[in-house]
Amino acid sequence: MTHWIILPLVMPPTVAALMILAMRHHLDLARIFAVGSGLALLAIALGLLWQASDGTVTAYHLGNWPAPYGIVLVLDRLSALLVALTVFLALVVTLYAIGTDWDACGKHFHALVQFQVMGLCGAFLTGDVFNLFVFFEVLLIASYGLMIHGGGELRLQSGVQYVVYNLLGSTLFLFALGAIYAVTGTLNMADLAARVAAMPAEDSGLVRVAAVLLFLVFAVKAALLPLHFWLPATYAQAPAPIAALFAVMTKVGAYAIIRLYTLVFGPGVAVTSGLFGEPLLWAALMTLAIGTMGILGSRSLGRLAAFAAIGSMGTLLTAVSLFTETATTAALYYMIHSTLAGAALFLVTDLVRAAKGQGADTLIPGPRFARQGLIAVLFFATAIAVAGLPPLSGFIGKLLVLDASRTAPQAAIIWAVILAGSLVAVLGLARAGSVLFWNTTKDLSPEPPATPLALVSVGLLLATLVAITLGAGPVISYLSATSAQLYDPVAYSAASIPLVDGMSP
Amino acid sequence: MPLILIALLPFLGAVLPALMIRAGRTASAWSAGAVTLAALTGILAHAPAVLRGEIIFYQLDWVPILGLNANFMLDGLGLLFSLLILGIGLLIIIYARFYLDRDDPMGQFYCYLLLFQGAMLGIVLSDNILLLIVFWELTSLSSFLLIGYWKHLPEGRQGARMALTVTGMGGLALIGGMLLLGDIAGSHDLSVILQSRDVIQASPLYVPALILILIGVFTKSAQFPFHFWLPQAMAAPTPVSAYLHSATMVKAGLFLMARLWPVLSGTPEWFYIVATTGLITMLTGAIGALFKNDLKALLAYSTVSQLGLITMLLGFGTKMAAVVAVFHILNHATFKAALFLTAGIIDHEAGTRDIRRLGGLRHLMPLTFLIGTLAAFSMAGVPFLNGFLSKEMMLEEAAHTVWAGSHLFIPVLVTLGSLVSAAYSFRFIAHVFLGPRRSDYPHRPHDPGFGLWAAPALLVALVVLIGVLPALIAGPLVAITSSAVTGGDLPYFSLRIWHGVTPALGMSLIALVGGAVLLAAFVPLDRLRASLPQDTAKAIFDGLIAVAVRLARGLTAGLHNGVMSRYALAFALTVLTAAIFAWATGAAGPATRALTPVPPLPLIGWVLLVAATVTIVLTHHNRLLALILIGIAGLIVSVTFVYFSAPDLALTQATVEVVTIILLLLALNFLPRGSPREGSTARHVRDALIAIAVGAGAAALTFVVQTTDFAFDPISAYHLANSKTGGGGYNVVNVILVDFRGFDTYGEIIVLGIAALVIHALAESLLESPVGARLARRAPDKGESGDPHPLLMVVATRVIMPIALLVGVFIFLRGHNAPGGGFIAGLIVAIALLMQYMASGYDWAVSRQRFPYHGLIAIGILTATLTGVASWIAGYPFLTSSYGYFTIAPLETFELATAMGFDLGVFLCVLGAVMLALDTISRLAHRAGERPSPYAMDVDPSRPQSAQRV
Repeated sequence: MTHWIILPLVMPPTVAALMILAMRHHLDLARIFAVGSGLALLAIALGLLWQASDGTVTAYHLGNWPAPYGIVLVLDRLSALLVALTVFLALVVTLYAIGTDWDACGKHFHALVQFQVMGLCGAFLTGDVFNLFVFFEVLLIASYGLMIHGGGELRLQSGVQYVVYNLLGSTLFLFALGAIYAVTGTLNMADLAARVAAMPAEDSGLVRVAAVLLFLVFAVKAALLPLHFWLPATYAQAPAPIAALFAVMTKVGAYAIIRLYTLVFGPGVAVTSGLFGEPLLWAALMTLAIGTMGILGSRSLGRLAAFAAIGSMGTLLTAVSLFTETATTAALYYMIHSTLAGAALFLVTDLVRAAKGQGADTLIPGPRFARQGLIAVLFFATAIAVAGLPPLSGFIGKLLVLDASRTAPQAAIIWAVILAGSLVAVLGLARAGSVLFWNTTKDLSPEPPATPLALVSVGLLLATLVAITLGAGPVISYLSATSAQLYDPVAYSAASIPLVDGMSP
Repeated sequence: MPLILIALLPFLGAVLPALMIRAGRTASAWSAGAVTLAALTGILAHAPAVLRGEIIFYQLDWVPILGLNANFMLDGLGLLFSLLILGIGLLIIIYARFYLDRDDPMGQFYCYLLLFQGAMLGIVLSDNILLLIVFWELTSLSSFLLIGYWKHLPEGRQGARMALTVTGMGGLALIGGMLLLGDIAGSHDLSVILQSRDVIQASPLYVPALILILIGVFTKSAQFPFHFWLPQAMAAPTPVSAYLHSATMVKAGLFLMARLWPVLSGTPEWFYIVATTGLITMLTGAIGALFKNDLKALLAYSTVSQLGLITMLLGFGTKMAAVVAVFHILNHATFKAALFLTAGIIDHEAGTRDIRRLGGLRHLMPLTFLIGTLAAFSMAGVPFLNGFLSKEMMLEEAAHTVWAGSHLFIPVLVTLGSLVSAAYSFRFIAHVFLGPRRSDYPHRPHDPGFGLWAAPALLVALVVLIGVLPALIAGPLVAITSSAVTGGDLPYFSLRIWHGVTPALGMSLIALVGGAVLLAAFVPLDRLRASLPQDTAKAIFDGLIAVAVRLARGLTAGLHNGVMSRYALAFALTVLTAAIFAWATGAAGPATRALTPVPPLPLIGWVLLVAATVTIVLTHHNRLLALILIGIAGLIVSVTFVYFSAPDLALTQATVEVVTIILLLLALNFLPRGSPREGSTARHVRDALIAIAVGAGAAALTFVVQTTDFAFDPISAYHLANSKTGGGGYNVVNVILVDFRGFDTYGEIIVLGIAALVIHALAESLLESPVGARLARRAPDKGESGDPHPLLMVVATRVIMPIALLVGVFIFLRGHNAPGGGFIAGLIVAIALLMQYMASGYDWAVSRQRFPYHGLIAIGILTATLTGVASWIAGYPFLTSSYGYFTIAPLETFELATAMGFDLGVFLCVLGAVMLALDTISRLAHRAGERPSPYAMDVDPSRPQSAQRV
């Protein structure tokens, strides 16, 4: 019995508890533990990625109860990938927060990050829909704590909106789970898949309602139009490193959609047919449009980055909505890319805020600032990634999405929206960049220059983007295998419910 | 040198000048020059083979699934362009070293220049059209940096953005076009695509692909109506303009047309779109150039015009026209680069580029005069210079091209275009160098040093050499390039000065003479032009962008205006419509369960619940009342649980209610008593209707669930059957919580713990903010009671305390087999402690508190974790429980389960969370002016009178 799978869910809360218990008043100590735990988790996550890379699906039956009666964690290529992505991003954000002293502006920063990591990893690893709800709660409450970290009136105000909107989502989640349990009598995802597939047609009404409600819960998290309203103010007002960490939070929604709407309510399932493909596509294209328009229309860099996050979710969900193997491969590649690029944009935003001091990141001409050239280079590279221009991974991601949607009946519209969206994004980013970095007055802003650690963290994200660009071939072949696994979930079901070959006893 | 290395060399080398600038400007320039020279050497090493007709390949897989591979190819066309890019690049590097000011960041300049050079080189060496797009977009990005190099100039910033927008748009269209093209041909490799002419032209996707590709090409090569970005890009330093607008950036579009010429050309669509666009561009550009007073603007429009000419030639679709196009690309690059550099020298030495302030420079700057005149004559098409040769051949081609049945349309307009070209070329000479010497030049003009005139002189030498000995100097290169463009067999052509008396000669003569006449009539013509509408393309573009920005701003700011009720409205409506749609498109079986009768007791409860809820909505402005009503609702829910025989849930619900209501009551202390009324009645009615609809939907969902038997049995039967045997407990609810689904509980106690920590952190930051000061100044709403810690309450809570603690322990211990458990026990103990705080005050209670509540939460989490991890020792998964029966005299046999350890964690976490929340509220109270008292109660009969506190 190996316990590696559960370590990302047990180690962070343990470290967090130790921080609360013994390091409440010792920031230095907390920093050491945060980085140490981050590195250890990264090593574990990479190990898990390796373990899953040959197609092995590993299940972990908590409490040794047989599925579907107990809770099960399932590690396959997809969950391993997202766990690794989360852990990596959390480590970078931790380093950045240490480098900029963000962690000193309030209480419990590192502990909350650890809890957040636990919530995210739990959502990716669990094979049980109710357990997914629990982890949604963990990550929601931890993210709320992180979001309002440092205080301030505007931040608290948008924090309330964030938590209220997401509690609406949680309530809906409970309704959806209630309906799902009522109609299928189970919560285990693999069992659910088997039961929904065998569902008699006369019960389809309730299944469809349940599946749709559940879908909307994930749509809230994924910031799909018109359920995205919580995002702009939250991301713009949150401390930027936290907003960077949140780049992976929207991906939880996307992940849940990919997971459950291939495994349980997949395109081939009769009772839920016609619900998710096309409506999702239109909503995703609208999300993309609103996101890119926001990039052009924003008056501050923080808000611009928030809308860029919405836009990237639009592209990602467009690919998801096609529900084909190649499109999902494209979606996954774009998911990795947009997480890293979106996070980098927020970190650069924070560098600008810190350097400009008063007036922060409003897009109006201001004084020159320390390390302006270097920050400008980082912004330029990040903007290229965010806009999806060559030579960074966003371009490959977009090409993959375009290529995968070529055979779709709506191909022309998808192409038009994605390409026009890129143009609008380029325009918005160019305007923002030229105001911030070119249109500066002669006098020097008095703010101190950014610390090397902060710059290195941003560099780390960009270097990863370069790595997934140059290594696009191998990365994509892993992702192709991942989506093949998603559309042929026999191994997943067999691992999750080992005794009964995917059929509920 | 492998092609990939040549293409990447400028990118890798771009960092060098940026670093070497620390060693000085010359070192920086040398490093940039060395990189360029290295790449040039690499190309030259392949040149003999290419001139022999070989094609050099290099292949490396990058993203095979997309067909995006690092495949490079060097053929004649690539060779010509590589030589132009690197050769002129080298000259520009030398020139820029002497041109740029001491204040200009030269390291950056060379860095951007090399990036741009690499991107251009990549375009012309790509064998893969997707790879080509990568480099194509890189030219847009790096030219953005170059055009905006003088970042303090608003024109620079605007010009850079405009160039990026227009060429970026084209680039995106090109992506679409190239993907379509690759789709038709079945490969993204040029070497395959170039063999698939018939398949491509027969495909229904040919026209969309062609149009998309041409949008990309026309934007890049500044063809009408996308030509307006090029003059705006003149805000760049002159070396940049010379490089971008003679040999590189704008030629990328021509290159691509030439590259895809074998497969795309020859159709009517190609002819009419490309040739006509080229013709229009040639004319509008020429007329624009004639009247520009800024030297660089004149050259910019002349570039537009010349590019139009080449585009038109490519559009003709004949092989001979393609040969001429290639020849003119070469010639234009040489004379136009020389002209830009001359303009730069004049700007540098005379201090202005405004033609109206110049004139008479031939005596002051004789060398510059010579260079400039030769280059301009070449542009005008004067014999013995290279421009004459290709223009003559172009006229020959145009003379027999039929456009929509008209034999005159193209020849006449082309002659007109050449005539205007000659006029603006002559103007460049006449109005700058000729005429009387002036006394009001901003600087005293003189010929520059060698560094500045060397590059244009070399170019002009080429202009003359090719002009005099075309076949010898340019013949082989043109031949091999043209055969690459046309795809093999070439028509017979000869590069000669004298072709005999041909129609072209006549047209040439008309153009030259007419040009001179036109220039003579310049002054009245200029007045006429001034009275006509001006070039509005920039204004239209700016207007479009402004509208787009306003629209985007209005839409996004309007939609996301921060009004929560609107966001909630969107949520409610989306959920409702989606659910109704899903239900309506599905099927529902008949209700299989009969409705149960309604006994009076539940009915009363139901009425109370509904009444309380409705009253909350109606009276929520009175916060205290609303809170009491919420308490009623919670109580009824607990009673409902009792009624349905769920004592665990009832206990939990009741204790949770008590704790939350107490905490809320305490928090209410810091809030105004009422909340303001917002919104109009109409909005309230609308919202009420939507709320009722959503509520009805939830009720309908519940009703269906309650009245239908579904196909599958729930898994709960297993839990009932295995609770005792597997989990060691009779209380199935508790066994589910701590064992079957203990991991859920693990997550939930963490949620609870985090919530408390967040409350604490939130209060901390509030206290440090202006809110803290406001709290300190706060005056209570109404007079407070003079006896906040009454004797009776203190005595009663002290008595209750041990009993409550005992009940807590009892509830905890029995939990596994009877209603109870760690969660409820934690709440009960918390209530007991809460009451002490309420009775005697925060300071009194806190001084008796041994453990920080933070620690309690942490220990709770750690206990639960350790219990879970302990099962690893036995080789079982996390949270696997075991239990046993023990007998210690004189007690009865009792059961111990590892789940109790977990439950202890739950207990501690719940207790810690509640107490931390209370602690936080007390801190707020403390800040708000509540002062510590050393006594447990305010009025204590056992204390002397003087020590009583009122």
